[in-house]
Amino acid sequence: MTEARGPKAHERSPAGAEPVDPARPADQTPAEASGTPSAGGHPQAETPDAPPADEHLRVESQARKPAASQGPLARFGQARHLGLVAALVLLAIVGLITQPDSFATASNLVNILSLASTIGVITVGMTFVIIGGGIDLSVGALMALASVWATTLATQSYGPFVMILCALLVGAGAGLVNGFLISYGRMVPFIATLAMLVAARGLAQRMSDRKTQLIQQGNELIVELSTTRVLGLPVLVYIFALVVAVGWVLLNRTTFGRRTYAVGGNPEAARLAGIDVRRHTLLLYALSGLCCGIAAVLIMARTTTGSSTHGDLYELDAIAAVIIGGTLLTGGRGTIIGSILGLLIFTVITNLFILNGLNTSDQLIAKGLIIVVAVLLQRRSLESRT
Amino acid sequence: MVADPPLLLMRGIVKQFPGVRALDGVDLEVRRGEVHCLLGQNGAGKSTLIKILAGAHQPDEGVITLDGEEVRLVTPTAAIKLGVSTIYQELDLVDGLSVAENIFLGHEPGRLGFIRQSDANRATRDLMTRLGHPEIRPTTEVGRLSPAAKQVVSMARALSHDTRLIIMDEPSAALAHDEVANLFRIVRELTAQGVAVVYISHRLEEIREIGDRVTVLKDGRTVAVGLPAKETPTSEVVSLMTGRTVEYVFPPRRTEPATGPEVLRVEGLTVPGVVADVSFVVRAGEIVGLAGLVGSGRSEIIEAVYGARRSSGKIVLEGRPVRRGTADTVRRGMGLAPEERKAQALLLDQSVAHNITLAGLGRYARFGWIDRRREAAEARTLIETLDIRPGDPDRPVKTLSGGNQQKAVLARWLVDDRKLLLLDEPTRGVDVGARAELYAVIRKLADQGIGVLLVSSEVPEVLGLADRVLVVREGRIIHQSAADDLDEHQVLDMIMEGSAL
Ligand SMILES: Nc1ncnc2c1ncn2[C@@H]1O[C@H](COP(=O)(O)OP(=O)(O)OP(=O)(O)O)[C@@H](O)[C@H]1O
Ligand SMILES: [Mg+2]
Repeated sequence: MTEARGPKAHERSPAGAEPVDPARPADQTPAEASGTPSAGGHPQAETPDAPPADEHLRVESQARKPAASQGPLARFGQARHLGLVAALVLLAIVGLITQPDSFATASNLVNILSLASTIGVITVGMTFVIIGGGIDLSVGALMALASVWATTLATQSYGPFVMILCALLVGAGAGLVNGFLISYGRMVPFIATLAMLVAARGLAQRMSDRKTQLIQQGNELIVELSTTRVLGLPVLVYIFALVVAVGWVLLNRTTFGRRTYAVGGNPEAARLAGIDVRRHTLLLYALSGLCCGIAAVLIMARTTTGSSTHGDLYELDAIAAVIIGGTLLTGGRGTIIGSILGLLIFTVITNLFILNGLNTSDQLIAKGLIIVVAVLLQRRSLESRT
Repeated sequence: MVADPPLLLMRGIVKQFPGVRALDGVDLEVRRGEVHCLLGQNGAGKSTLIKILAGAHQPDEGVITLDGEEVRLVTPTAAIKLGVSTIYQELDLVDGLSVAENIFLGHEPGRLGFIRQSDANRATRDLMTRLGHPEIRPTTEVGRLSPAAKQVVSMARALSHDTRLIIMDEPSAALAHDEVANLFRIVRELTAQGVAVVYISHRLEEIREIGDRVTVLKDGRTVAVGLPAKETPTSEVVSLMTGRTVEYVFPPRRTEPATGPEVLRVEGLTVPGVVADVSFVVRAGEIVGLAGLVGSGRSEIIEAVYGARRSSGKIVLEGRPVRRGTADTVRRGMGLAPEERKAQALLLDQSVAHNITLAGLGRYARFGWIDRRREAAEARTLIETLDIRPGDPDRPVKTLSGGNQQKAVLARWLVDDRKLLLLDEPTRGVDVGARAELYAVIRKLADQGIGVLLVSSEVPEVLGLADRVLVVREGRIIHQSAADDLDEHQVLDMIMEGSAL
């Protein structure tokens, strides 16, 4: 039924000759190998120079050694994360030294975590978008819009659950619009989300008439998210932790996460691997919008208000946190843990400046410097690794 | 015979990468005006050696002497200044810039930072004419060129410097038969002027044709120096490279024409400007080869079939028409190993395992949740089957040698749940030993009932692996017949001159 052939007669081997057998025992020397009866019958001149065939095993075993010591745990705490943790520890030490009485108190730590929660949730969404090769400038404005929409008198009349649902839907809906403009409208993410930033703020101002909308009586459930404590921490911190956990799982354990890296790292390769890049991009922005909706609920809980001025410049903090966390702005690489550590660094700095009664302008300068230093350090560690 | 020192002498070069000793004391001696070939299996260290010579990597140990003088090649610019220019294995052109801008990047003609574009364009036109490609215009954006044309541009860039040594890392991998002849003409011109050429290729017949002397690397060590390229028997070279004898055999193919169900039917496929009214059928268990020149429309045909390119006409997969879009075709069982691994297939920062499993993620996932055990197990199996080295699934794919990266691209699709595989230059950059393994894997999949559509610039590969051959010329199929009824010369005549049988 079948016969073995080559393109030319002299390259032909007898039928049944085994081609190359990768599984051949590696301890054979070339001379032995060529002596096997099925190898086509070319008696092989022994080459004194040729190293034994197990040479490649030597190279490979060398290659494996360090890899073996790199278990999942080692990888989890890769150098750059360790750097971020170290920076955080350093800041804590500074806090302990400069404000021994107020920094390490429970109330201050709760304060730091509550502050971090709102932007933290946004940062999770931002991490997805940036790993996927995009950027979302509209996050702060979307959060404001969602908080305003959820606190209008009309919405409030339906009770706290509808308010929460409203915030989530507004966020996700606006995110979808971003996604449509970018993936199907082929707009540059920077421009599409910049337009959304401006428009969403405007809409929020219009809906609230530039007034701060208080959460009404009967809807205190939302406020209780920040006042009720479980094991000493307000509920909203748990919500933040939950979002981080879900985000981590989504990014690291699901096809959605894996495809996010592919879409951001090499969109053409992703497309040719059968990934619907446009639909995926759309979903990424919707996800970011949804996170803004969640953040809106948290900020309503903390401030008891909805306002068009909420979340001013949050987009910059979120992007900075993601970058400090080691995510490439060009996409394809990054981690949630890194982003959260980056965010905590930022929040602790803010806290330290406030505790020490320092100028907010200096705080901004310090933050700017930190971004530069973090990125420079990452560049160094990247280069040393390749 | 050689009284004056050789042009280039490298002694005891060592290069350690994290986890791999890529070079472990390599020697290389190149004389003026010779074509010195560098041979070795995938991952032997050839590219690493020439990157050291090009100033792109720094050696950990070793001495480099140029014209009797010890030199340190600290940067690519330093190497170019010393007259060493390089054509890298992985194209390194800037897609957004024009041909002329790419060629003169870093040494633009002009003064005080102002570029004299007309000079650059004129020089580019001269270079292109010299390379036999006057149709590549200086102002064309490089991103729009075919891989073969890009290869010509990198060659022009190497020639645009004043050089005494040109290094070519697999320059012919992206080229078709006639282009290679063109390349060789240039190489002969250069050597006649006393320029030395270091030439890397996995095609041994090329070495025989153009080479003067051969150095063989194996696992980061020199195992033979200065072998005469023309006289050394192929079998000896191969056994030096691999440490064993390799028969360049194609797996047995079916002796009777395939009669299985049609996997793919293409009717009147047209891609404006490239492919005109192409019709053919691929049956289950059949390997169909597309032979043709680079630019004849071969790649466009399979990309259109895959839904990755706009086209008109009818494409029917297993009796049902295909909608446009790769998500649909992949779901229905197609797979494409594209022509340019770096630009079109690989996620360079990701691990080998993630690259391999990217397209088949759905197979290991339930409700979007990846079963990582199964994923890792499957990746490991594929790494073993194709002998990807180093075999660590977690290593970033960008640290693999070119040939091993190519194997990773193929591994992505060489799974048995596919119905139709589209392979565009599947063995580009893969060494002789590994090729035989790849052929065997492809044939085995076909025997399991998968249809395969194969594009290759190497006519012997098409004739040896395919059951049926379609000859493509200027966007049309000008001939089809069983591979057994054709020989290499007939196919070459048809793809070049279009003379039908
Ligand atoms: N940047 C890098 N980091 C880590 N390892 C590397 C890096 N570059 C190359 N290597 C390793 O060094 C070895 C030699 O690779 P090299 O690219 O020189 O092989 P090659 O002989 O050119 O192979 P091919 O024929 O496949 O192109 C391989 O094991 C490869 O994985
Ligand atoms: Mg190489």
